[in-house]
Amino acid sequence: MIRFDNVYKRYESGQEALSGIDLLLDKGDMCFLTGHSGAGKSTLLKLLTAIEEPTRGSLLVNDLNLGKMPKWRIPYLRRQIGVIFQDHQLLFDRTVFDNVALPLVIEGYRHNEIQRRVRAALDKVGLLKKEKLFPMTLSGGEQQRVGIARAVVNKPPILLADEPTGNLDPELSEDIMKLFGQFNEVGVTIMIATHDLDLVERLGHPVVSLKEGKIIRDDLRERRGATP
Amino acid sequence: MALFQRRKVELKTQLSSYATHHLRVFVSSLGRLYQFPGPSAMTVAVIAIALALPTGFYVALKNAQRLSGGWDGATKISLYLAPHVSEQQGLNLSNRLKPHRQIESLRYISQSEALNEFADRSGFGDALNALDNNPLPAVIVITPLIDKEDPQALDRFRHEMERLPEVDIVQLDMQWVKRLLGIMSMVQRGLLVIASLLGVAVILVIGNTIRLDIQNRAREIRVQKLIGATNTFVRRPFLYTGFWYGLFGGIAAWLLVSIGLAFLAGPTSRLAGLYQSNFSLSYLSFGGGLTLLLLSIALGYFGSWLAVGRHLKEIEPGQ
Repeated sequence: MIRFDNVYKRYESGQEALSGIDLLLDKGDMCFLTGHSGAGKSTLLKLLTAIEEPTRGSLLVNDLNLGKMPKWRIPYLRRQIGVIFQDHQLLFDRTVFDNVALPLVIEGYRHNEIQRRVRAALDKVGLLKKEKLFPMTLSGGEQQRVGIARAVVNKPPILLADEPTGNLDPELSEDIMKLFGQFNEVGVTIMIATHDLDLVERLGHPVVSLKEGKIIRDDLRERRGATP
Repeated sequence: MALFQRRKVELKTQLSSYATHHLRVFVSSLGRLYQFPGPSAMTVAVIAIALALPTGFYVALKNAQRLSGGWDGATKISLYLAPHVSEQQGLNLSNRLKPHRQIESLRYISQSEALNEFADRSGFGDALNALDNNPLPAVIVITPLIDKEDPQALDRFRHEMERLPEVDIVQLDMQWVKRLLGIMSMVQRGLLVIASLLGVAVILVIGNTIRLDIQNRAREIRVQKLIGATNTFVRRPFLYTGFWYGLFGGIAAWLLVSIGLAFLAGPTSRLAGLYQSNFSLSYLSFGGGLTLLLLSIALGYFGSWLAVGRHLKEIEPGQ
């Protein structure tokens, strides 16, 4: 589903954010991406969503080679990836419902289909009763769940999360992580960047660790090695 | 969990939802203008004034042409026939000229008729009686057809008449006609220049307004792009906004011109009354108004299209 082959990313400033990344996530894999800030976690996620291009190496997402992809295909790639941000990236002039509906509106779904799916997604994150509210009136945890509902509403095969629990207390964080676990159980490939190491160890999912742009731990590879 | 069973969206469904989406954006872009009534009204006012100026001039010019159309009839060409031309020859000539395509009507005035007329009007009747013979020549008075597009035509017609052997002198007070037509064609040309400049101004005003709008909504645009919006999708509301600005600007310009003309109507008819004329101002015709609206919408759309093309690309996620 996601495959990095010897990927390098050097920014114009000369800073090398990623060097020689080899990483494979099969369909239905779930892993935590850890590392100190500046280790390259954000860059890796930016490459996956085609915000940045790899300087060298090849990167395949759902059989699409991102390095060789024409620009007009970027939106269609992004529709295959649900992204969850630390700062939620919600639109504050729209209701919860309209925020969650946005990916479906973009993809051109019919109105009644949009209603059905948005309600299903909001139900999943436990916010069905708040669909008419504006994001500003919600708590941080609720806003994050709106962000998650928006990321999954169009049923993307891949979910990426960038510090999804960064601003939440441990209890809420665990709830949110359990939610990701549920999505994973139905076959969604999930990568979660976080520095909450306690939580990571507690949940027991595979971990990929970055340090100075290189992978220093890859549980996915080890697991594959153990079961040939 | 059924949530993750991805289904392909059928084309038919997609088309109908596409239309629905367009309608929604169409209406919601109007709603956004309504959300910020102050700035929106200012933009509309600037567009309206910029469009009302050339439109007003245009209507004024049309009125002037209508008015001067009345004066064309007053333009007469007098052919003074040579003394040796007999009455019969004069009549023959006038019959010969009648079908000329530049002559609307003509009247032959014989020597004796001319004398009678002169005696009647001048009051020199007795003095004329003292003369041995009639000093007045016979005259053919022609009302020419004037082609406004070609002020030179009248001049050429005069030369043609001068070459007739029976004709002694051709008299035409055509200098003012020529000048008037000349001025009008110049004004028309000037109007075109002014209208083009103001049209460009409208495009710039709308372009700038849309540019600010894009900057204000940069965050929203980034989020949309990040979750898979195409450029077309992001562009759409801005193009519709340009459409609305154009439409409202056009309507307001139409109103301004109508109000301005209504304001002038009273004094104009009083002035016309002093000249024993029943001239009254004509307003912008319905067709003219529609043209104004269409033009204004086109300018609005084009202005926003330019701004969107330039500025939307600059906003990408990850900045």
